[in-house]
Amino acid sequence: MPSPAGAPTRGGAPATGPDPVLDDEPALRLYRQMVLIRRFEERAARAYTEAKVGGYCHLNLGEEATVVALMAALDRTDYLFTNYREHGYAIARGIDPGRVMAELYGRTDGVSRGWGGSMHLFDVESRLMGGYGIVGGQIPLATGAALAIDYRDDDQVVMCLMGDGATNIGAFHESLNLAALWNLPIVYVVVNNGRGMGTSVEQASAEPELFRRASSYRMPSSRVDGNDPEAVYEAAIEAIGTARSGQPCLLETVSGRLKGHSVVDPAKYRDRAETEALMAADPVAAFAARLRERGVLGDALSAEIDSEVTTVVEAAAAFAEASPLPDVATLFDHTYATPVRNDSRRLPGQPLFPIGASMGAPA
Amino acid sequence: MTLISYRQALHDTLRSEMHRDDRVFLIGEEIGLFEGSYKITAGLLAEFGPRRVRDTPIAEEGFTGAAIGAAMLGLRPVVEIMTINFSLLALDQIVNHAAKIYGMFGGQARVPMVIRTPGGGGQQLGATHSQNIELYYAFVPGMKVVAPSTPADAKALMLAAVRDDDPVLVLENLALYNTKGEVPDEDLPADIGTAAVTREGADITVVAYSRMAAVALRAAEELAATDGIDVEVVDLRSLRPLDRETVIASVRKTNCAVVLEDDWLTYGIGAEVAASISDGAFDWLDAPVRRVAMAEVPLPYSKPLETAALPSTDDAITAIRQTLDAVARRR
Repeated sequence: MPSPAGAPTRGGAPATGPDPVLDDEPALRLYRQMVLIRRFEERAARAYTEAKVGGYCHLNLGEEATVVALMAALDRTDYLFTNYREHGYAIARGIDPGRVMAELYGRTDGVSRGWGGSMHLFDVESRLMGGYGIVGGQIPLATGAALAIDYRDDDQVVMCLMGDGATNIGAFHESLNLAALWNLPIVYVVVNNGRGMGTSVEQASAEPELFRRASSYRMPSSRVDGNDPEAVYEAAIEAIGTARSGQPCLLETVSGRLKGHSVVDPAKYRDRAETEALMAADPVAAFAARLRERGVLGDALSAEIDSEVTTVVEAAAAFAEASPLPDVATLFDHTYATPVRNDSRRLPGQPLFPIGASMGAPA
Repeated sequence: MTLISYRQALHDTLRSEMHRDDRVFLIGEEIGLFEGSYKITAGLLAEFGPRRVRDTPIAEEGFTGAAIGAAMLGLRPVVEIMTINFSLLALDQIVNHAAKIYGMFGGQARVPMVIRTPGGGGQQLGATHSQNIELYYAFVPGMKVVAPSTPADAKALMLAAVRDDDPVLVLENLALYNTKGEVPDEDLPADIGTAAVTREGADITVVAYSRMAAVALRAAEELAATDGIDVEVVDLRSLRPLDRETVIASVRKTNCAVVLEDDWLTYGIGAEVAASISDGAFDWLDAPVRRVAMAEVPLPYSKPLETAALPSTDDAITAIRQTLDAVARRR
């Protein structure tokens, strides 16, 4: 895989430039998905402020180009492991946005039946093998999934997503080493959005060109402008092909995080110039401008997409709102897959043994 | 029935399960070419090849996590962690992932994997290589933790673990590997979550697991011979789930109990057993539940210090006699 000559800029990237990678129709499909994810995440943020969504809520705002292009490059039968910033990936993977929103709402129709929440989306059918809340926890798991594919001599590929911060943990390095030693069919994708919570890549990583870390394991790697869906798509197709041939590889996408780490983070650690640069590089606006320049997107179509997407997102929120909350009687349904004797089903206020059971000893 | 060692029972069971099911494979450090630090996997690389017996670099978090991921796709990995001390390097993968994946995703993904690992002190291995930290895993819902104390249970519990669809930690023990016992020739998986009364008796209940369950039987035989005391021994076998009913039934019969454990006393497995006895048999008790456990120090290397820190058969005998003395004073 080629390494780029220069690092793409995180802010102020040009809206136009390269020759079209995608034909009009697939390009528009990606654009529509980008808008859908943008509106979905904005709707999720609103639901969070309305206390419909609990816990943590991390949004893909600013990463839409990366999200849709990576998912477009992956086959239906390939496997995906992600971190906790994964709503967009679930949607781009084809999961009904209503089921994703219902999971955020903690409802029974949620993709994880209300057990996972925002950080832990899972769907067998689309082979989304989980969003994981512990930074980097998914990296060994994804590596093992690739091991299983290799063990069965199958031809699927695993894509393992992570943020920039995850490249500093031990599990990242252990996993890359294993994958390289065993020639596993896996693509590690570092979605570099510039910051792990408030800590910049430069503050956290002695080698801030994160894709270069793969060279420690003689693993091919490259970096691509994550604000450019066509560039990401092209790079992902190449990386996936490399992995399918039994050569693990790493792809770094560089984009921005338009909001804070999570919905509740006002991102005060960023100065105004940085924020303005991020807004200027907004991948949704940039791709719209590129498609307009190509004559693919006009005012009418743009309005049609906005309207259609708004309908989908509002329907998703309505579906989530209408979906039942889980019955408390199901609390003990998912502790063990294989039923086991003496599995505790005690609620907090209940005694271990029935009240009075200790009474009645012989005098 | 065949008389074999605990080590042999583990080896033979793994081998026969690998023959039975191609999805079963072994993964860990030095398990192939080196044949295992404690030789449980001797000969298996030669017989099954590197696909089924996968040597790994020193990367407990990486290879344990990889086994979890492989299990999620339907394989049935058996991970060897060289000693339970090194499992701390894989704690995040075991606790935050193996134990959570089935529940956290609403029952959509199973993790049918086994983690085999020995605990135990007494080998002059010093503080970091002599711990009994099975409690860390037994604490976590989603995990199953079993602790065989005999060759027969090594086979029965390993069979159950390999065939279970949940992550099961099989606690082995360095001091038990060479012990011998009769093992059934047929495959009879144990019922995980059940304890066993390994010696019936009328005078006092001794609750133990792993090495201390063997110590309990030795103490019982000695006390029968010297004092005419009739000890009932309950071998927990399963630390999660915990079979409280069997313990309570025994204490309601004998009216007193001693718990033997190789881990530290404070917050230990014995604390849970003693609290459960208080919950389920308070009115039957004629003396406080006594615990015999390791001294609360990082285990020293030097032999007299190490020996002093570890619970022995004599410690068990003393605790049993003192508890029965207390019972006699009350009556």
